[in-house]
Amino acid sequence: MRVVLDPLALHGAFIREIEAISEQNLLACNQCGRCSAGCPLVEEMDLLPNQIIRLAQLGLDTVVDSTTPWMCAACLMCEARCPKGVDLPRIMDALRQIALRRGESRVVAGDVDPALLAGAPQMAIVGALRRGEK
Amino acid sequence: MTQAARAYSYFPGCTLATTAVDYDLSGRAVAAALGLELNEVPDWNCCGATFPLSAENVMSFIAPARVLIAAERSGHDLATLCAVCFHVLKRSDAYLRAHSEAAERLNAFVTEGDYTGQTRVRHLLGVVRDDVGWEAVKQRVAAPLTGLAAAPYYGCLLLRPQEEMEFDQAERPRVLQDLLRVLGATPVEFPRQAECCGSTLVVSAPDANRRLSTAVVDSARRAGAAMIVTACPLCKYNLDQAQAGRPSPEQLPVAYFTQVMAAAFGMLQVAGPAFAVEAAT
Repeated sequence: MRVVLDPLALHGAFIREIEAISEQNLLACNQCGRCSAGCPLVEEMDLLPNQIIRLAQLGLDTVVDSTTPWMCAACLMCEARCPKGVDLPRIMDALRQIALRRGESRVVAGDVDPALLAGAPQMAIVGALRRGEK
Repeated sequence: MTQAARAYSYFPGCTLATTAVDYDLSGRAVAAALGLELNEVPDWNCCGATFPLSAENVMSFIAPARVLIAAERSGHDLATLCAVCFHVLKRSDAYLRAHSEAAERLNAFVTEGDYTGQTRVRHLLGVVRDDVGWEAVKQRVAAPLTGLAAAPYYGCLLLRPQEEMEFDQAERPRVLQDLLRVLGATPVEFPRQAECCGSTLVVSAPDANRRLSTAVVDSARRAGAAMIVTACPLCKYNLDQAQAGRPSPEQLPVAYFTQVMAAAFGMLQVAGPAFAVEAAT
């Protein structure tokens, strides 16, 4: 993967936006990788959780198009294991917010499987829509 | 039992009022058996079902704040059974305590009263451990669950973040094992006891969700469990769905901890199908 570093992006609006929404310091991460080692959903992701942070540290806003934030279940295993106190689920939520503001809903109420509506716990439906609907 | 009943403000939440009524009924029954008075929050609303992780969106705290305010006015701790409600309410309370300017903004939009941070959000399992105590629970056991190999499944939201949830250790939780021992059962440790079941991915990414739920069930089965015990309606749903296609002898029943307590207390009418089978055999 070719990464072009832009000095302006390193101090740019994208990093400020993530940090403002998530209240997290991206540069606190030193890439130890414990988040990705403990994440139960890495197999489903196109970028590892620690890679998301690294690319975001460099101001590369292509991470918004990654599948990773959408496969994050906010189980908080990474939060529990981060030695630097980075709350990665908050960063994932910030990326979902930014993606939703730029594009389309990822979960649409009208498209939810009727079998789920009939049997699944209400909070699963409400929670999924609050995370993924614009 | 001359001691005055301990009173709590009780928040069932949407799921316990509808698709998980068995959790609500068994919870209320075992609470009453232990001398706990649960007073349902009047005119309650959905807690919001997801803790708002984006700092800028103060308005998404209105739903949980309204529940917290109602509990404050009752003068009692706020007890819940749903792990998701517990997570959302507990963390919202912690957030609003630490961000007085956010609480002030919210108060301008809620007419029933002001959020002042005077209630304490508790999970009923924590209430049983901390306020009732294992010795008193043990005294209530009428039908010890001797020989029942039960896998305590915590999932995520009860435990993490550990400092905010103030419930148990995030990586090595104990409370369900302790409860099961008191009830006479044998807790079965298994590798995935605090791993995610897939959560709301059941809606947005069902295949990934099923893979995770199946891994949890298989982890418990390999450890020798005959049953999985949970405190979360979404965990129960996901684990049940993961086994839906399997022949019934290969299915592990998933029971709420309140149902397991009910069975041990001899209250089989609220103990659920897992124990109905036990009773019949």
